[in-house]
Amino acid sequence: MTERDVWITGIGLVSCFGEGAQFHWETLGGDTAPAPVVDSERFKPYCVHPLPEMDWSQQIPRRGDQRQMENWQRLGTYAAGLALDDAGLKENEELVSTMDLVVAAGGGERDLDVDASILKDAQSRNDRENLLNERLPNELRPTLFLAQLSNLMAGNISIVHKVTGSSRTYMGEESAGVTSIENAMRRISAGQSTHLLVGGGFNAERPDLLLTMELGQYGHRGAYAPVAARRQSGGGMILGSAGAFLVLEDAEHARARGAKAYAKIGGVASDLGQRDEAATRQRLGAMFDKLDTKSVGGVISGACGVDPVTSIEFDMLRERLGEDVAIRAFTSMTGTAIEANFPIAVSLAALAIHNKRFYPAFEQAEKPASGSPQSILVSALGHYRGEGLGLVESIDA
Amino acid sequence: MSGKYTDHLGRPVIAVTGMGVVTSLGRGREDNWKALTSGESGIHRIKRFPIDGLSTTIAGTVDFMETEEVSAPAISYAMADATSEEALDQAGFGRSGFPGPLFFAAPPVELEWQHRFALMGEMTEGEPGYDQLLAAARANRHERMHQLIQLGTIAYRIAEKYGTKGLPISLSTACASGATALQQGVEAIRRGDADAALCAASDGSVTAEGLIRFSLLSALTTANEKPEKASKPFSKDRSGFVMSEGSGALVLESLEHAEARGAKVLGIIKGVGEKADSFHRTRSSPDGKPVITAIKLGLDDAGVEPDAIGYVNAHGTSTPENDRMEYNSLKAVFGDSIHSTPISSNKSMIGHTLTAGGAVEAVFSFMTMLEGTIPPTINYDNPDPDIPLDVVPNVKRDAQVDMILSNSFGFGGQNACLVLGAGM
Repeated sequence: MTERDVWITGIGLVSCFGEGAQFHWETLGGDTAPAPVVDSERFKPYCVHPLPEMDWSQQIPRRGDQRQMENWQRLGTYAAGLALDDAGLKENEELVSTMDLVVAAGGGERDLDVDASILKDAQSRNDRENLLNERLPNELRPTLFLAQLSNLMAGNISIVHKVTGSSRTYMGEESAGVTSIENAMRRISAGQSTHLLVGGGFNAERPDLLLTMELGQYGHRGAYAPVAARRQSGGGMILGSAGAFLVLEDAEHARARGAKAYAKIGGVASDLGQRDEAATRQRLGAMFDKLDTKSVGGVISGACGVDPVTSIEFDMLRERLGEDVAIRAFTSMTGTAIEANFPIAVSLAALAIHNKRFYPAFEQAEKPASGSPQSILVSALGHYRGEGLGLVESIDA
Repeated sequence: MSGKYTDHLGRPVIAVTGMGVVTSLGRGREDNWKALTSGESGIHRIKRFPIDGLSTTIAGTVDFMETEEVSAPAISYAMADATSEEALDQAGFGRSGFPGPLFFAAPPVELEWQHRFALMGEMTEGEPGYDQLLAAARANRHERMHQLIQLGTIAYRIAEKYGTKGLPISLSTACASGATALQQGVEAIRRGDADAALCAASDGSVTAEGLIRFSLLSALTTANEKPEKASKPFSKDRSGFVMSEGSGALVLESLEHAEARGAKVLGIIKGVGEKADSFHRTRSSPDGKPVITAIKLGLDDAGVEPDAIGYVNAHGTSTPENDRMEYNSLKAVFGDSIHSTPISSNKSMIGHTLTAGGAVEAVFSFMTMLEGTIPPTINYDNPDPDIPLDVVPNVKRDAQVDMILSNSFGFGGQNACLVLGAGM
């Protein structure tokens, strides 16, 4: 089967810094890293990278549509719209209505007030299950469930942006971001799709999600620190609200419509296994072997800051790519956005390739860039399970 | 272009060599088939939690599995494990080392009220609320609780236990999820990524909050008086679906790979069609176009005309809207011949198994062809005159069926249709 090249022809990005592909390049791709945007007050002792004030109507014009979602789905739907605009496809009904869609999704926001009120009253009840039956049917907004369902981010993207080819939603935390892009790439490569919208969103400003993270004690506590430096203060994840979507196209399809492309996806390798050091190194080694990393000039890493996986990742990157390899842990800048991590990594890599320049060090421990890489390795290793590596390459390579 | 091992488009023919199923009717293919063809209902009064004050008090819960706790993730995992084991055993792969990836339609697991109350109970100070729960989490690592509520955990456990290859895909397209899991396997084998794929789906999410969420959308029937009669697809007085639990697993392989190792071929997945709807978050487009397109794409993918279909395994949820829309869409594709094509809904007996539905119903569709018996649509006492279908009313029918269309239409407008053929 002839393998088709998979081009990145549109990028939609939203993070604590703001919105837009070009905006993110200008903010992150300068001579020095921008000052981190962090909220260390609202969710003490945890920091989060918060969303800026959003005018949702820019990508979700109808108030009725906005109201059907909470911020998690709004973020993804918004970033998806940005990607379609960036690809010059928003008004192209024929291509949008036949576009395939893959969303990397978790679940949506709980009603925290209802939860807190039930917890409070439960203290003085020994028939707590009856309390639930009394309160939930009367206090939950009926459409909240739709804002919570994993596949409804995709549903909203179809409704708001009229993307109505196929629609799949992948779950599995960071792995969802990896498998959604890997699967999208394989489908286009094998001729099973010609144009596809893929990505995810994540709302970090949620006590319910901070609780999920902290049940496993994966959170960083206390003042902000970037990924490598964070080891000094216990390591752990700092979550960030973000959304990242990409338009991927078969190279022929893109050329035929005169589309500009940022870069191409050269390959993705992924795996799963137990997290003891030996097994993890073996899997990562095999993943490196699967990808053609000899021309890699830099790494964009979704490092979570949790040991041992982050230490193993950095050790292996240096072993395989040289002690001076320029690693950029973007999670120091945007926070860890779980399902959106791999899409963010691929987006940032594509921007660097296109602009023929690499990012400045995001923290002191990161080595300077040497020239402008034509091939960038991207990584998203899950804090709990699942690993993904990818190659983003210049189209001319 | 087509040969023994390649289809009309030159792609590998996809065989099914193993199947597993659990529903409220029982555990395993044999028990389920016996009950299904006897017209038995798995729907009953809910015993898992108090039903005082609830507008729907019935469900098709699966209460007979041994689970590490009574929660959606634990029940869903236990069922997924059972059906994966049954499918892999039938396919002859044994318990470890499967030569392909896992595609798993995953249920929407989350921290439940029992967990919140337990965390609250660990704290002797602080005001009740998320700050207190977070303090409880900081005080002690709750590794098991954390693992249970990760959306990827069930797939990771199945992959590790049965030795499937690589990072599994956990997916959801709501009520179409089971069919989507099969579709991912089909696509992977067609691409040459793998010779085999384990495709499974599981949903054990009947908790009070889960039930209440569907009730608040007016999706569930409130015909509680006779639980076994409440699910009545295509009937005039149908009034909503019955929330249920279940799991289905299927081993897919290229026909060439299956024959090379002497595996028994249970059936063939001839084609898959899918189409997203942009009309509404829970309702289908009234003109039926996306569903009609999904059906047509499935038939095209299989390289067959509508008249090749001998039986339709309906989505048939027993909601006023779905059943009418499904009839109209089938009529648009099949024309008048739909009136004499048998079509039945397994959901009349097992209820709506949500994430698992498409896979469970694919298993039952293959068994229909293998056993030469079409399961009935039960509770068909009051036909809807606007839906003049041969629903195989109330009693099973012996029939040799060679090709089946199986429909799954999900919330969020995700539609998937499978065209399944008898083993050669």
